[in-house]
Amino acid sequence: MNSADRLAWILLLPLGAFVLAFFLLPLVRVVAVAGEGPNGMAEYLVILTNPRHVATLLATLTLSAGVTLATLAIGVVVALFLARNRFPGRALLVSMLTLPLAFPGVVVGFMIILLAGRQGLIGGITQSLGLGKLVFAYSMAGLFAGYVYFSLPRVLVTLMAAVEKLDPALSEAARSLGAGRFAVLRDVILPGLAPALTATGAIAFATAMGAFGTAFTLATRIDVLAMTIYTEFTLAANFSTACALSLALGLITWGVLAATRNFAGSGVAAAG
Amino acid sequence: MGTNPLVFAFQLLVTLIAAAFLVVPAVTSILAGVTVNYFQGVRSGLTLDWVAQVWGLYAPTIFRSIALALGTLAVTLLIGVPAAWALVRKPGRLTRLVEEIVTLPVAIPGLALALALILAYGGIRAFRASDAFILVGHVLYTLPFMLRAVMAVLAAVDVRTLEEGAASLGASPWQRFIQVVVPAARPGILAGSLMVVTLSIGEFNLTWMLHTPLTPTLPVGLADSYASMRLEIASAYTLVFFLMIVPLLLAIQFAGRDRRATDRKARP
Amino acid sequence: MMTSSSTSRGAAIRLARCAKTFADGTRALEPLDLSIEAGETLVLLGPSGCGKTTTLRIIAGLEAPDAGGTVTFDGVDVTRLPIEKRHVGMVFQSYALFPNMSVVENVAYGLRVRGIAKAERLRSAAEVLEMMRIAPLAARRIDQLSGGQRQRVALARALAVRPRAILLDEPLTALDAALREHLRTEIDALLRSLAITAIYVTHDQAEALALGDRIVVMRQGAIAQIGTPREVYFQPADAFVAGFVGTTNRLDGSRRDGRFETAAGAIAHAGADSAKTALAFRPESARICRPEEAPLRFTVTQVHFLGPRQRVVLTAGDTRIIVEAGPQEPLFVGDVVGLILDPSCLVPI
Repeated sequence: MNSADRLAWILLLPLGAFVLAFFLLPLVRVVAVAGEGPNGMAEYLVILTNPRHVATLLATLTLSAGVTLATLAIGVVVALFLARNRFPGRALLVSMLTLPLAFPGVVVGFMIILLAGRQGLIGGITQSLGLGKLVFAYSMAGLFAGYVYFSLPRVLVTLMAAVEKLDPALSEAARSLGAGRFAVLRDVILPGLAPALTATGAIAFATAMGAFGTAFTLATRIDVLAMTIYTEFTLAANFSTACALSLALGLITWGVLAATRNFAGSGVAAAG
Repeated sequence: MGTNPLVFAFQLLVTLIAAAFLVVPAVTSILAGVTVNYFQGVRSGLTLDWVAQVWGLYAPTIFRSIALALGTLAVTLLIGVPAAWALVRKPGRLTRLVEEIVTLPVAIPGLALALALILAYGGIRAFRASDAFILVGHVLYTLPFMLRAVMAVLAAVDVRTLEEGAASLGASPWQRFIQVVVPAARPGILAGSLMVVTLSIGEFNLTWMLHTPLTPTLPVGLADSYASMRLEIASAYTLVFFLMIVPLLLAIQFAGRDRRATDRKARP
Repeated sequence: MMTSSSTSRGAAIRLARCAKTFADGTRALEPLDLSIEAGETLVLLGPSGCGKTTTLRIIAGLEAPDAGGTVTFDGVDVTRLPIEKRHVGMVFQSYALFPNMSVVENVAYGLRVRGIAKAERLRSAAEVLEMMRIAPLAARRIDQLSGGQRQRVALARALAVRPRAILLDEPLTALDAALREHLRTEIDALLRSLAITAIYVTHDQAEALALGDRIVVMRQGAIAQIGTPREVYFQPADAFVAGFVGTTNRLDGSRRDGRFETAAGAIAHAGADSAKTALAFRPESARICRPEEAPLRFTVTQVHFLGPRQRVVLTAGDTRIIVEAGPQEPLFVGDVVGLILDPSCLVPI
């Protein structure tokens, strides 16, 4: 081993020590605790065997899938619009759309309360229209809006970059062969964006699966996995269930990201 | 040829609604934070009283969050930059594995990470009750961002060749790291640092579990104010948070734009 | 999708008063009139920014001409018709092959969007692949192809829909020199055998001369000259065309009594226009001889041996010209030589 290699290993040591002490060891502890409950080993599968947890899992999966699809759909429309049109104020619009990039989940929850809460803007508008006060912040719909709010800026950043990279000649070639607007979108643009859509969609999905701050702010009554883990751990002090559910949740989010990463290059989530 | 006006109108509408969806509540919150009475609207007058009350109630959380963000930055720099270089210069199966493990905390929900830390170290009272406990969580969560940013730049500038050049001039490995690698990685270090500070200041998922009543951070305080304070105070507190985070977000946007511009120059 | 034999020969295309100003105010094209005959291969030649690609994109329907300009195909106004309705085939500089489709799927794509049944479109695509001699590549992914193969697939894809005209935008620019020359010959043979209307954009004069039935030399958004390759080469309309197409020598001098006097000597030349004070000629229009055999005398300053011929740089005073000589001729730097010019190939400029 030459001296530069030796230095490289030395410089890698602090990282290794930190990850070992504060990630791998705690992970082992979680695995152990999950199996130490009154149900023993059966606890590992509690997410699939307890009807209440199964329902929560399905609700969380449905919510996350819905959020992902909605965010991607909005993202594609907006990214294509911004890439194809140049107009005064465009830069400002881009800034407005991407600035909330790192608003934490709690703050996003508050944004949804201002929008759709008991004194929210939407409720005010529907009331003045004589439709009654529309309040949906403290429900699944509110959580849905919150996760879309959270993921839209990052999805947009990724998709706008991907749209810029698309070769305009591809669309022109398809049109020269007789393809109409819809066929160009279906056969050229969406396949061209597929890697970006997969990567950013996976992050949006994983984020929605594990996000806690927004749900915490909106209500403790919404049954999503993160809230269940939280209540099992802090209120019920049911450590083994909390650990088993955490492991299941971690496996799902990591699995989704790992499965798509090889296909789509790398991308990182920033759950708040 | 000209765009179909219907398609154009639809796209414009979606774009404007999306922008309004993101911006209107933020603006509302800013206004509510400086309005005498939110329910009467802005005509009730503007005031900084709520901001002052927030300062009285929550100033320690603001300072704690800044200190934690800087501490997190220091640790991620010390651990992350040397490790990024080591990982870039020796691509192999072991380094792939290290990279994979180090990036895992991003893929796993913060709540689960916090739970693991508490189960493993919650028993050590002095550690559990200190800010250092939160710091560890923040470093765990932000480290991958620092690593990615620095590694991306080091890979792009082909640091191996730079190092070989320095070595041919007689520089020792340590000199090469300090005098060649670190300066070359500067754009990545800057981008990574901005990201780490921004994420640390806003971190809630881990922090809510890791904090104690004596160590609340800004986002913890925010959650508290959303749950128990009147809307104007919650808004004023959010306004303070925006004042801290928006300059960082703008800086990230600018750093990203600069980097993209140089990327384009590098590959015509 | 079998079109009748009359349209498979291709459309006659006319541009009338087609100008193009971009949204930012840049004038890409001055008002331009151009007729392309059915079955003709027309080459648009010029340096970058001369408007040749804009002209092609107006013909394709990818750009609309400014108000007042019209494009007709076989006498039918298609100015408002978008590209997807014009039934043209287009080959792009980047090839623009769809990476999410295989070779045969790319070639069959135009038939697919026309609603042709799968079996039939695959058969048609296979025929075109066969014609382009790339049938074995049918199932390949695009990223498994070499540059030359991609080029052939792009051509096959454009031809598979039996277009009324094929538009080629610098199709060989991305290839290396040897392959370029090879494919140039192939494209020439193909366009001729199909007798399809073809419009070919290039900045490479050798390509233009080899391929075009006619060449349109463009400069700063306007036509500098239209003519057959021979006309453009031997009778360039002006100094720009002369300089852009082939190597040109410029012999400065003055006229006196039907003679043209230069630094190298005087020659008989009955130029009509006394305002033109220079003669242009191609290297191959001149022949080196012994100094006493010709009125023009030069000193040899450089000799480049190119294999089949020698390229010789001659000077006399400030005049510097380039001519060619056979590979065996004994020429050495410092020699004084005579030069005989073919009077029919001298162009006053």
